[in-house]
This record gives sequence, structure tokens and C-alpha cells, in this order.
Amino acid sequence: MTTLDSRVPEGPLAEKWSKRLHDMKLVAPNNKRKQKIIVVGTGLAGASAAASLGELGYHVDAFCITDSPRRAHSIAAQGGINAAKNYPNDGDSVWRLFYDTIKGGDFRSREANVHRLAEVSTAIIDQAVAQGVPFAREYGGELANRSFGGAQVSRTFYARGQTGQQLLLGAYQALMRQVDNKTVTMYPRREMLDLVVVDGKARGIITRNLVTGELERHQADAVVLCTGGYGRVYFLSTNAFNSNGTAAWRCYKRGAHFANPCYVQIHPTCIPQSGDYQSKLTLMSESLRNDGRVWVPKDKADVKKPAHEIPEEKRDYYLERKYPSFGNLVPRDVASRNAKYVCDEGRGVGATGRAVYLDFRDAIKNQGRDTIADKYGNLFHMYEKITGENPYEVPMRIYPAVHYTMGGLWVDYELMSTIPGLFVAGEANFSDHGANRLGASALMQGLADGYFVVPFSVGNYLAQNKVEAISTDHADFKRTEDEVTAHLQKMLDVGAKGNRTVIEIYRDLGEIMYDQVGMSRTPEGLKEAITKIKKLQNDFWTDVKIPGGGDEFNKMLEVAGRLADFLELAELMARDALHRDESCGGHFREDHQTPEGEARRDDENFCYVAAWAFKEAGEPELIKEPLEFENVELSTRSYK
Amino acid sequence: MHDETMNVHLKVWRQAGPETEGRFESYTAEVNPHMSFLEMLDVVNEDLIKKGEMPIEFDSDCREGICGTCGCVVNGQAHGLERGTTVCQLHMRSFRDGETIVIEPWRAEAFPVIRDLVVDRGAFDRIIAAGGYVSVNTGPKPDANAVKIGKDLSDRAFDAAACIGCGACVAACPNASASLFTGAKVTQLALMPQGAPERGRRVRAMVDQMDAEGFGNCSNIGECEAACPKEISLDNIATMKREYLRAMFTDH
Repeated sequence: MTTLDSRVPEGPLAEKWSKRLHDMKLVAPNNKRKQKIIVVGTGLAGASAAASLGELGYHVDAFCITDSPRRAHSIAAQGGINAAKNYPNDGDSVWRLFYDTIKGGDFRSREANVHRLAEVSTAIIDQAVAQGVPFAREYGGELANRSFGGAQVSRTFYARGQTGQQLLLGAYQALMRQVDNKTVTMYPRREMLDLVVVDGKARGIITRNLVTGELERHQADAVVLCTGGYGRVYFLSTNAFNSNGTAAWRCYKRGAHFANPCYVQIHPTCIPQSGDYQSKLTLMSESLRNDGRVWVPKDKADVKKPAHEIPEEKRDYYLERKYPSFGNLVPRDVASRNAKYVCDEGRGVGATGRAVYLDFRDAIKNQGRDTIADKYGNLFHMYEKITGENPYEVPMRIYPAVHYTMGGLWVDYELMSTIPGLFVAGEANFSDHGANRLGASALMQGLADGYFVVPFSVGNYLAQNKVEAISTDHADFKRTEDEVTAHLQKMLDVGAKGNRTVIEIYRDLGEIMYDQVGMSRTPEGLKEAITKIKKLQNDFWTDVKIPGGGDEFNKMLEVAGRLADFLELAELMARDALHRDESCGGHFREDHQTPEGEARRDDENFCYVAAWAFKEAGEPELIKEPLEFENVELSTRSYK
Repeated sequence: MHDETMNVHLKVWRQAGPETEGRFESYTAEVNPHMSFLEMLDVVNEDLIKKGEMPIEFDSDCREGICGTCGCVVNGQAHGLERGTTVCQLHMRSFRDGETIVIEPWRAEAFPVIRDLVVDRGAFDRIIAAGGYVSVNTGPKPDANAVKIGKDLSDRAFDAAACIGCGACVAACPNASASLFTGAKVTQLALMPQGAPERGRRVRAMVDQMDAEGFGNCSNIGECEAACPKEISLDNIATMKREYLRAMFTDH
């Protein structure tokens, strides 16, 4: 039976990372210049990793699907980034950030990784400030903080409602500095379509030039994958239009295990869907729940009335009522599920009945309109643009939407996948958030991996694995490129004769996923989803319609390729959700809940990472990495 | 509200590649006023694909107005008539039933057309690469609160840093100048103490690169500010010019 070695260092939790850093082998500066590293994706994890590796003296080839690395979807993160600085003197510490993250992830993440994340969190803020990132400040000149869900301290640093933008631009600028230094070569408008494995090690990638359609071979001594999450498998999500799972999925099919694919975060604070033409959903920052109060009418009969006509005593502030100690700042999975419950009861508001109010009336009354505008002005502005309603006057309407995927490629403590030489950082890996990610933690993980983990762990690998220089004429490069060509050609052949557009099939997939692999799941629903997904896979490969050819700029062909992979990944997600016969974090099984409707974990049988290995024929193999909790007690999560 | 529809006539710039001649093509579309402008184009494209025609290629990604990927000239205005709005956040309710809408790509020598409404804005990355950063390596840094930065200063730096690099300023400028884009980055980094040591070198290198890319000069027309979806102020261009002069005289 296959086993997984997480390579977590021995010794006390707080000393593991420094011990590993101390033990790592180094590559001498003159040898670094001779080694090449590929970084795929240039979001927070990719840009920071490529910049840091370039600084160290490696030669880096960096790739992104957009026209510039500055456009990566990390840019859209609004609310903030966590760090255990304890500047507000409210009792924060590395231990507390570690503990909140473990608990927030419903005890399904690896202790050692999470502790390291908490440890390096403080260095991220120092780094970003040194880069000139304009964080929010107090009048005295010190950094400002606010709080996010799942925490009782204020440890979130922010730059208005555009924290992701400013952190990404900081990392992007560091990257462009290396481009100017010629340590990094940037390849924009390239999509990674396969991984080249030579003698069992990751040695390169096949990309498609999205402008010319040409396939290209790139070789390296190690590959770092930073391609984000697969939330677009749901079609409608808060992810950017081009976010996709293709690179990760191709690595899976080359031997990298896929861990916990069913762990998906449904964010409670999104602008509700308004029509079936919609291509994506827009998130409103979780930080809004610092001051906004969530409610629905107590009485079903009131749902169609304008909010101001519903008196105080007829409003149900259900989060404050059920979770008095965390109130509106409960973690995302809890807030999302409760929004679904009240809408299922028929108390949802808005035209579709699938929305709850996020109300700033009291905050504006208490703090004044100017203070609220200063804190959230751009978010209010964005809301008004999209909905045509002014949130200073009427409460916002929000509803949960797919936002972040906690699952991803399995990595060991040094972020290496099961393919030697293939590293995976940021949202693309599975490691730090368990079954649910706390707010303001995604930016923290992306930058922690990119600035402070990958640069060392890649070096440690290269120092111990002497890889032979190879050229892109190598047989494995040719074979992999031929397979990519055949896959594209097969798609174009079907596409020339088919009848259903890519988007039509994609929307159908999204609907199945939302209905049956979404906010709550049942064994029957999951089995049905697998059957439906298989049928849709068949529809795609017999009847999809794709305009144009492969040797040109062709957006629909790109989307079709991503959809083909999502159709396979969706099946694995449903399979993983079906096997995990418990509720935890974002994975809520209706057959495993307490009488109060809270998730019921099964630590006896499911305290493990589910890593799936691809099999050419038959079903994927499930390999378990048991999770050992030496430092925290596995308790039932309570936010009451 | 879902039953409302409106009809629009579109005149869209179609161009197969950088070397190919382009032309306007006409289309009509029945749309929902709550759609965003790009969702309207999605709907038109679905129809074109079903009819066996090539869809209109346009760039877009986050569709939240922050990534700066999207952008086209709508009725003669970069990102359309609504102030402070990217085209992905423009909604069809801003148009009239029966209106004719003209859609073109950014037009500037430094932004060659790739296909239809998609242009190459690589020149912006090269301007940043020339010096639009603070030169610090990853590694131990002083505590983030070691250097105090007043809220007013930090806010002003943020106002400049809010630029999304979409290129609307260039498209709107009769000279196709990139001064608002470059000025915004120069200003942000000149305001923060972290960027100070290489202040002069930075502005010189960035301005030189901007010229080398074939962008025109700024002649204070102000169309850039009017078109900017993030309402980046013209003051940033004045700051850039002042910084440039300062660099000439102080040599750093």
C-alpha cells in the first residue's frame, strides 16, 4: 500500500521550522546561476516565489495566463492579511493565530504547517511595508488593524478594501525588478498544458502561447506551481474568469496526488445572483461584518416588504442570536450555512428569496456616515454600481458563493508534491487551511509560501538532487507535447461538428456542483452528481461546439480545455465528498449534524488527509495521511 | 425585474491580427438592463458561436473592476461614459433602448492590437521593470512599525497606488501619453520613506522607458483623469514632472 511521508521535522512544534531551516542543504551562489526554476502563476505565491528565487541567483522562468503578472486574481482580495503582531495589545500571539487557524479549519490541517504559517506571518508585514505597500495607518503613524471572522483579536492588516491589490503589486514590483536584473524571464499569455516528467522528476512544462496558439517546451531543474484554486468548477464563483484548475489537474494525471478536493469554501458575503446571463459572482469583503449586522425578517410574510418598513422587533439577527460570543464574525462556513437555512425556511429577501440583509443602519447611526465611508467606502461604491442600490440608505443584500478551495495538490512539509521536483504553493496546494479557511488567511499563506518557504525548500531539493542537464529535444518532452497536441486536436475535431456551446455545458456543470456538491451534501445527492457529471463528460466529448482553430488567439478553445479538466475534477470532488462520511468545515453532510444543525465531525474515522492518486484505468486510489494532533486537543468547534 | 429587455445595436471593431486591416461590423442584441457590459458581449458571442461565426475577442478577468484586464472604447470614451468605472462594471441600464453603441479597442501605437478588442499592454510592465519598485530583497526587515508614516501621507500614497494599469489613460489621451500611469507609481513611491533612496534614479528610468516605448508627451489635456476608472488625479503627473526636475538638479 502506498504511504505518504509528510517529512515534518521532529521536536517541539515551535522549533520545527527553525530546525528544518538549520538542517537544509544549501546551493552555492556560483551553482545557483546554473540552475533554472520554472514558476507557473504569478499571483501572491508565484510572484513572491519567482522574485525571491531570482534574488537568490537562480534563473527563473515565470509564466502567467494573463497579459501581465499584475492581473493575477490575488489582486481582487479585499479585506486584509493576518499576522500575529499583537500591535493592538489585545493578547495575540503566534500560538493564538496557530490555534485559531487549526480550529477554524475544523482540525483537518497539518499542525506543523499551520504553526510555521503563524510564525512567518509577522515577517510578511515587515516585508510588505519595506516594499512601500501603503497599508492603512493610524494618525500617529502606526499600522491600523481590524478583526475578521473566527478570531477575537484584531490581527488583520489592510489597505482600504484593496489589500490583495496592494500586496500583489508589491510582489509584482519585486518580480519586475528581477526581470530588469535578468534573473527572471517573464512569459505572459502562456497557459501550462502539461508537466514533463523525466526519470520520475518534474523537469519542465508544455505551454500554449495564447496569442499565436503555438505549443512551447520549457525545461528546468524544478517546477513551482502557483496556479490558485479550482473554484471555477462551479462556473459561478467569486474567482476571476480565467482562474482554472488545468495545470494542477495535468500534474495530478502525471502522478501528483490531489488532496481533499471536496473542501470548498462558500463565502457568506457575496452579492446575490440576479440573472442567468451572469458569468461570475462578486464578493463583498468579510470585513463588512465588523460593523454590518446580518438579519432577515422573523416572519415569512414580511420578506417582500422594504427593509425600513420592518420594525426592530420583527427582525431576526440570527447570527447574534445563535452565536452570542462571535456574533456576525463567526467563521465563513458557519455564516454561509446559516444564511442557507433562513432562506430555505422562506425568510430570504430580494427578488429571488436567496439573500439576507447586511445592514449598516446602526453603524452609521453610532459612528457617523463619514467613519463608515472611510472604512468601507469603495465596497459600498462597488455594491451600488452592481446592484443600483445605495447601501448607505438601504441594507445590502448578500448570499453565499463559492470562493476558495482548501483542497489542492498534496504537498509535504517543504511544499513538494508526490512528484520530486514539483513544488506547489498558495491556494494550489492543500496544506494550511484544513476544511475551512479563515478570512485574511489566503494572502498570508500565498506570501508565506512564496517569500519564506519555497526559496529555501527548492534549494534544499536541488542541493540533494543532482539533476542531469537535458534539452527540450528529450524524448519525454516530445512525447508529452504530442499528447497535448492530440488532446487539443480531439477537442477541435468534436468542436467543429458539435452543437452545444462551451458555456452551455459549463453552466450545466456549475448547476450540478452548486446543487449537489455545494453548501450541504447528502450521499444520495453525491451519487447522483457523479452520474450526471459522467453524462456531461460524454456530452462534451461528443457534442461540444468550439469556434475557430488552435493556431490562433481563441478564448473559447482555452475555456473548452479548462472545462474538459473541470469535468474530470468535479467527479473527483464528488467522490471525495461521498467517501468522507462526516461533516467538517466547508464539507457539510446533512447526514452528520447535531440537533442544532451544527457540523458533526468523526475524528475516530476521518482524522486524515484524503489524497487521491490517478490511475490510467479504473478508479483513483485513496491514500490517507493520518493527522496527528500533539499540541491541540481535538474539540468540537463552538462559536456560541 | 427579470422580464425587462432592451435592444441595442452594436458597431464593433473586428480585426483578425496586428497586421490585418480592421473594420466595424454591426450586430443587434436583446439584453437585460441588469447585465454588465461584458455580459452583454458574452450573450452576443454565444449567438455568434451558434451561428458558426467567430466570437468578438475581448480581454477580461476579475470582472470586479480591480484587475485592469478589461477595457475598450465605448462610444468614444475609454471604459464608457460613466465616471470612475471599468467596462466590466458598466451596466446596460446606463444605455437607452434602441441605442447604437460603438465599441473599439484602445488605440495607441504603444498598444498594438492582438485581435478585435484585445491589445498588448506589455509596455506598462517594462515601465515598472525600469524602476517602479523599492529595491529590497526578501529576508529579515525592520519591524513594520519602526518607521512611522502619518495617515494622511499613507492615504495619499494609497490614492496613487490604486492605479489598476488598464491603459484607459493612454487610450483617452490625444497624445497617447502614459504619464498618468507612470506618474501614479512615481508618486506613490516618492511619498513613502521606503522608496526615498532611489527616488531620483527611479523617476528618470521610468520616464525614459515611457518615451522609449513610443508613448506621447503629456500636454495637460486631462482626458486621462476623466477616463481613469480609479479616478487617479492629474496631480500625479505634476508630481512626476517635479520629481524628474528634482532628479536633474540633485543627481539622486
